[in-house]
Amino acid sequence: MSLWEDTIQGGASWSVILRRGNSLRLEDIEGGGNVGALFYNWDCMVERYNMPDTLKAQHIAHLTSGFVLYSDMGRVLASITADSCGWHDPLGGHNDAKAVAAKYGKSSYQQARNAWHRNTHDSFLVEAAQYGLSLRDIGPNVNFFSKVAVARSGAMEFVPGNSKAGDFVELRAEMNLLIILASGQHPLDPNPQYAPKPIRFSVGRATPAGPNDPCRLSRPENARGFINTERYFL
Amino acid sequence: MIESTLGPETAVYSADVPAGDFWIHEIFRGQAFRIVDLEGNQAVDTLFYSLHDTSERYSATDTIVGQGNIYLTAGTTLRSNLGNAMLTIVADTCGRHDTLGGACAVESNQVRYAIEKRHMHACRNSFLLAVSDPNWHLDKRDLTANINFFMNVPVTPEGKLTFEDGISNPLKYVEMRAEMDVICVISNCPQLNNPCNAYNPTPIRVLIWN
Repeated sequence: MSLWEDTIQGGASWSVILRRGNSLRLEDIEGGGNVGALFYNWDCMVERYNMPDTLKAQHIAHLTSGFVLYSDMGRVLASITADSCGWHDPLGGHNDAKAVAAKYGKSSYQQARNAWHRNTHDSFLVEAAQYGLSLRDIGPNVNFFSKVAVARSGAMEFVPGNSKAGDFVELRAEMNLLIILASGQHPLDPNPQYAPKPIRFSVGRATPAGPNDPCRLSRPENARGFINTERYFL
Repeated sequence: MIESTLGPETAVYSADVPAGDFWIHEIFRGQAFRIVDLEGNQAVDTLFYSLHDTSERYSATDTIVGQGNIYLTAGTTLRSNLGNAMLTIVADTCGRHDTLGGACAVESNQVRYAIEKRHMHACRNSFLLAVSDPNWHLDKRDLTANINFFMNVPVTPEGKLTFEDGISNPLKYVEMRAEMDVICVISNCPQLNNPCNAYNPTPIRVLIWN
């Protein structure tokens, strides 16, 4: 059941406190969207999403259902409970004002009003500052709906068409989370036009991770990650 | 593989860092900075901060996206979270280095190996001790995704990631030129649970030239 639904316009940002046991569903309304995402433990924000720990605990360089997002403290911040597109990118980071101006041309608010070219770095800073966080707190982010494949040589290749209109991903909060989202384009998206896509979000109640939860059972590491997380809430 | 022309006898600084220890030091713009894997197959967890504004720091994602490749080697520009060049890798006799594997922590060791492994020494503890020195104005919030010099973490086109036996050998080295004044923080990895350092953590040597 959805408790709160709305749309993040293309290139805009949003942040939410998502309590343990609640869910966040993101939908790529038009297809080809991208959502940069950062996660913090709302109860102690020096604990936050850790890209390397998420990858190495699960031996992955992509995210999809059955995987979880780890903090730097060996706990599960969120589980990916459903995913219709199969690949979300943890490697590509986010663009900044210089990169956006170089790729899409300069576009100021004075000239273009709310159609101006925004960048994810500034969006993250604006959202983070609302909670007392700053540049120091912004590390590698998740890019939902984008796919970057890595060749044997290490070359990174953006794969267009990964997410179709209506594709969605569902997260279950395993801790009380601050989530910061920005719907700017992926840094490796080859599209030369500034065309960030709108994303629909929906907050709801999730079913808690039971003993047979697919995310808990997908890796022996995750079983231990859930133990660490559950001990945090004793 | 690109070798350096610099000889150790002209270095202005040289120190050996035992396995399990940390090293924190300034490196100034224009200086050359070399890390030598003295006995081979060691993992050297490394972070860089702008000396004059530590909120600007090494960014794994800016670095790999900037060159379109996840492996670091000679020619790689190590970029900051503001997209600026911090250091350039000018020589490398190992071949490639990792920046996706992060640092081992007692908590990630619990997840990866066993809950009972929390007592084992880990890089993140070394990093936390290094940044607890108030002179550097750093704390846990500043510990971001690091470089693992000499470590081999291959990624497959299917999106898998593994920790493999090292590709480094005794006296392999990597050398950088500082493009800005930086603080370098190293944890010489004590990990005993995986082959990132061949289950045998060993010392490294750090050298600086003007």
